[in-house]
Amino acid sequence: MGSTGAFDEIWGHGGPEAPREAFAALSQWIAETPPDELQRRQHSAEAAFRQLGITFAVYGDSDAAERIIPFDIVPRIFLRREWEKLSEGLVQRVEAINAFLEDIYGARRILDEGILPPELVLHNEQFRPEVAGIRPPHGVWAHICGIDLVRTGPDEFYVLEDNARTPSGVSYMLENREAMIRLCPELFRDFRVAPVDSYPDMLLETMRSVAPSGRARPVCVVLTPGHFNSAYYEHSFLADSMGVELVEAADLVVDDDIVYMETIAGRVRVDVIYRRIDDDFLDPLVFRPDSLLGVPGLIAAYRAGNVALLNAPGNGIADDKAIYSYMPEIVRFYSGGEAKLPNVETWRCREPQALKYVLDHLPELVVKLVDGSGGYGMLVGPTATHAQIEAFRAALIAEPHRYIAQPTLALSTVPTLTEKGLAPRHVDFRPFVLTGSDKVRVVPGGLTRVALREGSLVVNSSQGGGTKDSFVLLGDAA
Amino acid sequence: MRIAVEHRSVYRFTQPQARIVQMLRLTPCDTQHQTVVSWMVGVDCDARLRDAVDGYGNAVTMLYAEGPIEAIEIAVTGEVLTTDNAGVVRGAAEPLPPALFLRTTARTAASPELAAFARDVSDGTGDPIERLHRLNQALHARFRCVPDVPDTGLTAAEAFAGKAQASRDLAQMFVAAARTLDAPARYVSGYRLDHMAQCAPHGWCEAWVAGLGWIGFDPVTGMSPGDGHVRVAVGLDADGAAAIAGRRIGHGDEELAVDVQVDRLGNEE
Repeated sequence: MGSTGAFDEIWGHGGPEAPREAFAALSQWIAETPPDELQRRQHSAEAAFRQLGITFAVYGDSDAAERIIPFDIVPRIFLRREWEKLSEGLVQRVEAINAFLEDIYGARRILDEGILPPELVLHNEQFRPEVAGIRPPHGVWAHICGIDLVRTGPDEFYVLEDNARTPSGVSYMLENREAMIRLCPELFRDFRVAPVDSYPDMLLETMRSVAPSGRARPVCVVLTPGHFNSAYYEHSFLADSMGVELVEAADLVVDDDIVYMETIAGRVRVDVIYRRIDDDFLDPLVFRPDSLLGVPGLIAAYRAGNVALLNAPGNGIADDKAIYSYMPEIVRFYSGGEAKLPNVETWRCREPQALKYVLDHLPELVVKLVDGSGGYGMLVGPTATHAQIEAFRAALIAEPHRYIAQPTLALSTVPTLTEKGLAPRHVDFRPFVLTGSDKVRVVPGGLTRVALREGSLVVNSSQGGGTKDSFVLLGDAA
Repeated sequence: MRIAVEHRSVYRFTQPQARIVQMLRLTPCDTQHQTVVSWMVGVDCDARLRDAVDGYGNAVTMLYAEGPIEAIEIAVTGEVLTTDNAGVVRGAAEPLPPALFLRTTARTAASPELAAFARDVSDGTGDPIERLHRLNQALHARFRCVPDVPDTGLTAAEAFAGKAQASRDLAQMFVAAARTLDAPARYVSGYRLDHMAQCAPHGWCEAWVAGLGWIGFDPVTGMSPGDGHVRVAVGLDADGAAAIAGRRIGHGDEELAVDVQVDRLGNEE
């Protein structure tokens, strides 16, 4: 079992023989369960996923359609105190994202005060003037956030990326947990694991809480682009488990600035829409006129305050990679305090000095397109070939404003079942944070993505990534 | 000047439509140099109309009609008092900062030829406002102006390759060119007094000049708009300020006939 030099969340720096104190029980479980048996359980879980048809694409993983993402049977575990600290940081970050969106589509104080370069927002396609001046019901913009984190040490977490549009992956969190309970019940005896199966209830509560005022029993729906979408399973799964209708654009009509769903029994007024359709395809009268998916008049109903859209249109400006580098300033500006969850150090190549540094250190850095996602348009310096580095150098010189660069972090690892037995593999983490009119809720769990290839730091499903269950312990003692 | 506007848009369908939803940008707003005396947006079938203001500060009207609809006429009639301010816009709702209008869109992306034209014309000399006037005059001189017809989606780059263009295309070319000169620029849709029947609203543009504000330019005349223009809507391009954006639910084809009459009333100032 090789060591990567990185912090292993179970084994620490000492390897399997000297696990971190709180994880002795898990380490023992790993050691005592024969690899064949682990393999058998893992195959059983994957067979179940295949039967359910679970596929999902994290932003931009367009080629991940209809692909089953490998599942790893060894869970990742957060201690209670680790989780509490993490949660505080997540709540602060999501509150700042909401405050930023409220400001940027309203008074734009943050630009007036010179915290952000105005052109970074105003010239950014993710800033949608079409929805400027609209305040969503109850002033909530980013109802469902997925904040991508990486870890480098016991108490060192960094935000890699914010997802404030339509973050996916929550069905994996739920299905992974169900599989683990079925296949490894002994783990739930040994550990007191916070349940995640209340997520659909939490989501429904969040949706109801942001219904337009005066609607006593708000009607909520999930809006999907349709069954050809790679995350369709998740859309139908969430609608099913919340007990609300799953609709496509053609099922919705807007009349007199009010949204209705067409049903066999006639039209039913709709108050809250969890839309899993990108902004561009929401309303052809306002966004892309060639869109066949949208609901004409939807933005008018939204502007009139007659419907809540989760998440709010225009949110892309908050999770844009160019804006990301300013998140510490954004958090400070709106919360008055320092960010509890730091960013990964980021060089903005649009700044000449930063560009110079990046060009001088390409073999050490990770370079990303500001508008790219899914692990595409990305250079991982330490593992790149000379030709790849030179191609990026040329691209950076030609269009520096399109890139940011970050140091290559020693991402934490978690023991993972490989063909050669258990070995450390790098992971990241996407917790889900729900914001309603009443409060911010951090789901005690999330999606752990694991880079299955030895040494790989790229966890994207399209690039050989898998998933693991993520336990949050209710008590620290194992 | 007192200006009367009549603007009729008639859609005829080869098969009855089940529903129609349209967003109309057909209502001018008051500014310091334009006062709306009366304005009516009428529809010849049972429809629900809802007024709102869009993100650019334009007055919009949502139109919802239930079928079966074989034809629909949207008729605008109104009167506006205007005064000449040499193109300087004062008192308009400005919810967005000028820098936003440096953004380019698919229809206002400058081709290398259009950018070179803008560079040559502006010549890097004179005040920003002089450069913009030169650009306006150069576009006016380069193209033969043809009557407006309903929008075909032509881009500024495509228009620049032609010889004769309608006001919409001239305005989009100005917008595209001005932005390459780092001047925030936007498309304006409205009406222009010329005593002739037209088949579409008039298009011109506004550019932002520090210290002065938004200044109108009309490449059709080569001058700034005076008291013969009625300003209705602004946008990043012609789509963003379109008089009517709509969707219909139903089969078959549609035919659109538009008639715009702009007349001067009386002789009062």
